[in-house]
Amino acid sequence: MDEFMLIFRHEDGQKIASPEQIQVWMKQTMDWIGGIAAQNKFSGGNGLPFEDAKVVWHNNVVTNGPFGEIKETIGGYIMVKADSVDEAVEFAKGCPVLQGDGNSVEVRKIVRGGTDGVH
Amino acid sequence: MEQQELIPHLFRNEYTKITAVLCKRFGFEHIEAAEDIASDTFLTAAQTWVINGVPANPVAWLYNVAGNKAKNFLKRQHLFQQKIAPALKNAPGFSEETGIDLSPQNISDSQLQMMFAVCDPCIPAEAQIGLALRILCGFGINEIADAFLTNTETINKRLSRAKEKLRQQNVTLQFPAAAAADARLANVLTTIYLLFSEGYYSESTAATVRKDLCLEAMRLCSLLTANEHTNTAPVNALLALMCFHASRFDARVGTNGEMILYDEQDTSLWNTDLVAKGTWYLHRAATGKQISTYHIEATIAYWHTQKEDTPEKWETILQLYNRLLQIAYSPVAALNRTYALAKANGKAAAIKEALQLNLHQHHFYFVLLGELYTGVDEEKARRYFEQALALAKTSADKSAIMRRIQRL
Repeated sequence: MDEFMLIFRHEDGQKIASPEQIQVWMKQTMDWIGGIAAQNKFSGGNGLPFEDAKVVWHNNVVTNGPFGEIKETIGGYIMVKADSVDEAVEFAKGCPVLQGDGNSVEVRKIVRGGTDGVH
Repeated sequence: MEQQELIPHLFRNEYTKITAVLCKRFGFEHIEAAEDIASDTFLTAAQTWVINGVPANPVAWLYNVAGNKAKNFLKRQHLFQQKIAPALKNAPGFSEETGIDLSPQNISDSQLQMMFAVCDPCIPAEAQIGLALRILCGFGINEIADAFLTNTETINKRLSRAKEKLRQQNVTLQFPAAAAADARLANVLTTIYLLFSEGYYSESTAATVRKDLCLEAMRLCSLLTANEHTNTAPVNALLALMCFHASRFDARVGTNGEMILYDEQDTSLWNTDLVAKGTWYLHRAATGKQISTYHIEATIAYWHTQKEDTPEKWETILQLYNRLLQIAYSPVAALNRTYALAKANGKAAAIKEALQLNLHQHHFYFVLLGELYTGVDEEKARRYFEQALALAKTSADKSAIMRRIQRL
């Protein structure tokens, strides 16, 4: 079984949601993750809040957040176990982030360095 | 108390204490000698008390006799080592003062240290539970065989293999060093939890044995909360969890021994004292930063003690299961989570997720599907209940499923 990372991309990280809306998203996200975990296919994950986000540029220039210069921001990720990329894509389809227009979930296979010579 | 009741009562309480103290004094390699002396003490008591009557302080009498027998044992050991193994340089010295310390403090310490010794992951979980029942709870071999649905010969073999393994590992009776304490304590908690589950979900028909296993698990956990070395947040959380589950003991078994499921229980039979006790331990568990699976499970169990079927109750239970499954997957948690999902988000959402669960070997999986389809598609519900019936092992489970089919 392989591991895949599902990366949540938000088109506009500057949009401010209401506390009620955030609560609804939180529940939807927890239920979505819980459903994957109930199949014993969850292997980890984290939210990446926008507060205190910094970007370090060429020549060590540091700016606040990725907003403005970059169109998309990463809001979080989870890692899942799946037999194929198609199964991982099926998990991704349930991600509540996708309710937002322009948002996406990127599915990437995780390669653990060491035995296979890929680093 | 009549004598024929007194000795079994004392046996249950004192046998394990004497064994633990002697084993600590002799070293784990002599555990059988410690057990023999403890048994022999009770034999002497039975013989003497019939003739002379029960002494004024039976416990002190037992400790005194056990202490003397232990001294004789040490003396023989010493002679053996003097005569047969004179080359042994580090043989421990022997003097008449070599006392056996049966003070409450040493009893409690010895029992806890015995708990750590028995719950060593070098022996299989079944054997850990068996040894705990024998050495820490004073269960008879036939009672243990009953609990595991097997015969006494199998249990005897299992226990002697386990003791041999512990001897080979040079297990000693002492508190683990601080660095290893958390991991070792986690092993102890796992064994206690398994012991409780063995009683709570056992397929053994002897209801009293099942209840005793649960009560013993709770007693051992109470020993841990009573000692400053081991009174940690997860220990309190586990004790809370067991109190909450145990509060439904009387409600979950019907007059004919059949299992009564949660939503059909007479809630007036729920034990409110145990609920209060569980709540108290859950508060004590809420210290430090560590959230163990016991914390989450105890909180889920707490919500199950709330009789009112509110949206808040099931939403909270669902979110707790979402968290629990991320930390520790188990088929039972996956099934329970899906039931909570139906209660919180509706049956349609739950059916969709239930069909994704690959748990076709568990009859509870088909009970859940039957339950979810009840009122949605009776024909499907019936088919799932029939699949559950084909997989169910105990008559209690079968009759519970039959009742559900009849109600369709």
